[in-house]
Amino acid sequence: MKQAVNKMELNFPSRSVNESFARGAVSAFVLGLDPLVTELNDLKTAVSEAVTNAIVHGYRDTIGTVYISAKIFADNRVVVKVRDRGCGIADIEKAMEPLYTTGGEERAGLGFAVMQSFCDRVRVSSAPGRGTTVTLTKQFTARENGE
Amino acid sequence: MNLQIELKNGVMTAVLRGDLDHHAADRLREQIDDTARKVKPRVLRLDFSGVPFMDSSGIGLILGRVRLVSLWNGRVAVSGLSPQLRRMAELSGIASLASLEEEEKEAVGK
Repeated sequence: MKQAVNKMELNFPSRSVNESFARGAVSAFVLGLDPLVTELNDLKTAVSEAVTNAIVHGYRDTIGTVYISAKIFADNRVVVKVRDRGCGIADIEKAMEPLYTTGGEERAGLGFAVMQSFCDRVRVSSAPGRGTTVTLTKQFTARENGE
Repeated sequence: MNLQIELKNGVMTAVLRGDLDHHAADRLREQIDDTARKVKPRVLRLDFSGVPFMDSSGIGLILGRVRLVSLWNGRVAVSGLSPQLRRMAELSGIASLASLEEEEKEAVGK
């Protein structure tokens, strides 16, 4: 894989109030690419889903740390990793099925479906008791900046 | 996120303003349900015209309200979805459970 042209890391406690901070921070980080509004919104939405999963599922009955790293590559590809050290997922395939949720009545069970629809690639690695890492890859359009 | 509730002829309209994520949805749900349980509206209208961002928590919010009003045979109408929010709604297939209104009516309750 090529070298990233820019990168950032952040971590924060898994309190739901930090969901907007997390997607806002990632969104601000990729602003330098001069992204289309829809592309930016897609990434924001996917990050919001991944972070919410970490908070609601990974750290279900506890507060832990959510780790985000984001990288921008020369071809305008953005890779965002959202990691928790929470309970992990026993059956990833099942967890990624649309409408499947263990989050109770108010969760739609659409988190992974949305990530997949709004990003180019979603990779999930998880181990029960060890935590979960979701890797989101999105290709942004190259923009002509009128210099 | 803030919420304004209007009641008129058996229609309860909840006007949502701000980003709608899991954090916001938890709070909104309680406020909407408090009123809805009391008035048992025929139609619960959720107005998203003031919502610039929503993740799937918004779909969860709609689904939960569909479930609630079905207790008294009410229905949920959703209005004011921006193109981005509409994409989310279409992905979820929520249109089979709640009516998605095309155009937001003139701003109410100035």
